Amino acid sequence: MDTSQIIVTLVGVGLLAFVGWFFFLAPHRVAAAVSSLAGVQQVDIVVKGGYSPNVIEVEHGKPVQLNFYRDEEGTCSEELLLPDFNIRRDLAPFKTTAIEFLPKQAGTFEFTCGMHMLRGSLVVK
Amino acid sequence: MLISQPRIPAAAHCTLPVMETTQHHHPAPAAPVGPPPAPIAGTETATLNIEGMTCASCSNFVEKALSRTPGVKSATVNLASEKATIEYLPGQIDRAGLRAAVEQAGYGVHEASPAVAANVLASDEELDARKAAAYENLKRRFQVAVALAVVVMGLSMLMLWPAMMSRVSMPVLNYVLLALTLPVLLYSGREFFVSAWNGFLHRTASMDTLIAVGTGAAFLYSLAATLIPGWFRQHGIMPEVYYDTTATIIALILLGKVLESRAKSKTSAAIKALMGLQAKTARVVRGGQEMDVPIEQVLVGDEVLVRPGEKVATDGLILTGRSAVDESMLTGESLPVEKKEGDNVFGATLNKTGSFRFRVSKVGAETMLAQIVKLVEEAQGSRAPIQQLADKVSAVFVPVVIMIAIATFVVWFDFAPEASRVPLALVGFVAVLIIACPCALGLATPTAIMVGTGKGAEHGVLIRNAEALEKAEKVTTVLLDKTGTITRGEPAVTDFVPTNGDTPAHLLPLLAAVERQSEHPLAEAVVRYADAQGAAAGTTPLTATAFQAYEGRGAGATVDGQVILLGNRRLLSENNVVLSSETEQAAAQLLSQAKTVLYAAIGGHVAALIGVADTVRESSLAAIQALQADGIEVVMMTGDNQQTAAKVAEQVGIKRFFAEVLPADKASKVKELQAEGRVVAMVGDGINDAPALAQADIGLAMGGGTDVAMEAAGITLMRSDLQGVVTAIDLSRQTMRTIKQNLFFAFIYNTLGIPIAAGLLYPFTGWLLSPMLAAGAMALSSVSVLTNSLRLRGYQAKA
Repeated sequence: MDTSQIIVTLVGVGLLAFVGWFFFLAPHRVAAAVSSLAGVQQVDIVVKGGYSPNVIEVEHGKPVQLNFYRDEEGTCSEELLLPDFNIRRDLAPFKTTAIEFLPKQAGTFEFTCGMHMLRGSLVVK
Repeated sequence: MLISQPRIPAAAHCTLPVMETTQHHHPAPAAPVGPPPAPIAGTETATLNIEGMTCASCSNFVEKALSRTPGVKSATVNLASEKATIEYLPGQIDRAGLRAAVEQAGYGVHEASPAVAANVLASDEELDARKAAAYENLKRRFQVAVALAVVVMGLSMLMLWPAMMSRVSMPVLNYVLLALTLPVLLYSGREFFVSAWNGFLHRTASMDTLIAVGTGAAFLYSLAATLIPGWFRQHGIMPEVYYDTTATIIALILLGKVLESRAKSKTSAAIKALMGLQAKTARVVRGGQEMDVPIEQVLVGDEVLVRPGEKVATDGLILTGRSAVDESMLTGESLPVEKKEGDNVFGATLNKTGSFRFRVSKVGAETMLAQIVKLVEEAQGSRAPIQQLADKVSAVFVPVVIMIAIATFVVWFDFAPEASRVPLALVGFVAVLIIACPCALGLATPTAIMVGTGKGAEHGVLIRNAEALEKAEKVTTVLLDKTGTITRGEPAVTDFVPTNGDTPAHLLPLLAAVERQSEHPLAEAVVRYADAQGAAAGTTPLTATAFQAYEGRGAGATVDGQVILLGNRRLLSENNVVLSSETEQAAAQLLSQAKTVLYAAIGGHVAALIGVADTVRESSLAAIQALQADGIEVVMMTGDNQQTAAKVAEQVGIKRFFAEVLPADKASKVKELQAEGRVVAMVGDGINDAPALAQADIGLAMGGGTDVAMEAAGITLMRSDLQGVVTAIDLSRQTMRTIKQNLFFAFIYNTLGIPIAAGLLYPFTGWLLSPMLAAGAMALSSVSVLTNSLRLRGYQAKA
């Protein structure tokens, strides 16, 4: 093994560890601020390569309005799924799409893009 | 009292272009709005839709402008929802004044009429326009990429020709290629890099990440080889460039995206077609005048006129007139349905022969059409259990592929011969990134479900969610509630027995004349029978005078100078009509067949016996045979006695049945079958059978146009015959087959493609996958999955 092979191997192993840590292990949960307007729990979410915030805590029994503002044109985020509430909605680029529903039970529900790569969770308390 | 200002991501919203309208999204699925904030004594709350706000400072400005307006107690403006909530003193200012205040601040107020806002059928034109624009943009980027990639490819190929190689200076050519590739990367492929970067900031990785890293690596290596070839040579590496690879990958991936985008729009075509069915205008009669009114302005209680060939504007009840209405678009039933005074009509159906007036009973989101659309939309948003594995894989797919690609690079670099290790490592790295296609996995299930549920709606089969579809596929036994499914669920005359030697042709018009005056269901059955016979014989209806209804017994009247009585036995004995023993015998025979017997007397003498029973639908036998041919056992259940049940079962080819089942025991019969290890589909009318429908693995409610949203049923059948059951099960089987094919393909494609791209076959066969071929394969993989799903659009219901 020559020097360059040793360097490439070490860098490669380092990168592998970094990718694994970066995507799977590092904490990256951003909680949401919920505002209440006329009894509706509202949360503004920006969609840009992911959802920020990506953890949303709401109370059950009160209507929820999630305002998704899609700040990109990339096709990966064009659909929004909230399967536990039977919601599949197209998000228009550079526009706010409001999604309304009534969480009746407590629990943690996932919302994702059409391909299940971008994810966020809705925590109903 | 002030409502807290919602947190607004200001940086993001400031890049918002000026909006002309407020949101046009579909309204919430019945999310009741909570109680408004308790108003201060004497104040009122108004909500205005504000137009033209582009950033947080705009919303602050509007909020301040409103707060300073005299009469306003407090104002809150939400930028994201583009709404202002204002508490004001009605004595000092009104809605118009608030509007003026907003307009003075330089913004607009969009007044949405509630009818429009509540209409799910209003297609989102803005969303469609943006989608169309995005598609055009994508096509343009693809065209640029293709044009340049062809030139780059051509020039690179020329260099393989020795005669050219000696004449053209390599470094100069590399700079030319660089200049040609840059626009492909920066214009056509820009989205991949932007999206990958955005994802990186969120610690998410998508398809775009793979493409960006793959093409980025190939490009950067080529760039270095172009700028500092000397350094490469010093280290014993040929300064090769991969511009052709970079440009071609981007062009091919974009081709895939263009095809995918086209195909994807077709998956939702069925629901768009449903929405498009709604009438645009209605001919409303107001103040004695007919006028054409836009559908949004039609109100409950309006009187609407429908002429032959016109669409029925919305749901209602016929006031006058009769006609045949084509309801196939809602129910899948191809034959027009006869409608008369008092019958329900539904929006979007087509009036065929006559004219009629109806009173509007439902508008907008309440209509049958809107409910169907909502149900299909919800089904398309639901998650299929079969998808679980694919979802789990998708969630970790991209980072894992990146790790495989890195490992590929290291392994090639460490084990390939020194002279070729850099190009081999690089090619392997890029090929792995490019061939991986998480999209195929992501598209496999939902696209098939979208096409399948849409197709179902076209045939009057409304599938509640993807889970119902999966359950329907597995059904081994169909349990039918006899009444209303196998049979019509309404009485019809089955026997007409003259007892005085007279002919039916003479007797029937007399009896029908009496029964025409009655509203009893049995009387209606007699009238229908007489009309059918009379129409064949060409007789004209007679009129009855001195009509009298005897409650619980029957009716009597004078027709053609003769006193006629028609009813049960008690009616006759009360009127001292004596039955002969032969008549008694004939009646007993009818009764033994579980038929209701009507006795007719003319002038004090028994003239005829009429047997009335629930009759089997003509389509039942064929539908049951179709189910049996699919390997499904059909079981019947009824409250009738053993004898009657056996007779009906025999008539329609059913071998196993439960007789004398009390309504409360229906669910336990389902359990009984389930205990035998069967997957049971229960078919019922959805109202009386709710517990049985819920107990079954899958409940199919035969709506017959009553209520679309039947909670207990996984599937609602709009058609009122068993054909819908056949279609539902057949369609679910086909949809599930498509999903399985898609998932199989997507998994196999990735599990074979990635190792091949990594060069696993190289040691044995010398095969290496060119990254360009990888890009072609990847572009085709997601399109193949989509195309397979779209094949379901050609689904034909079994006749």
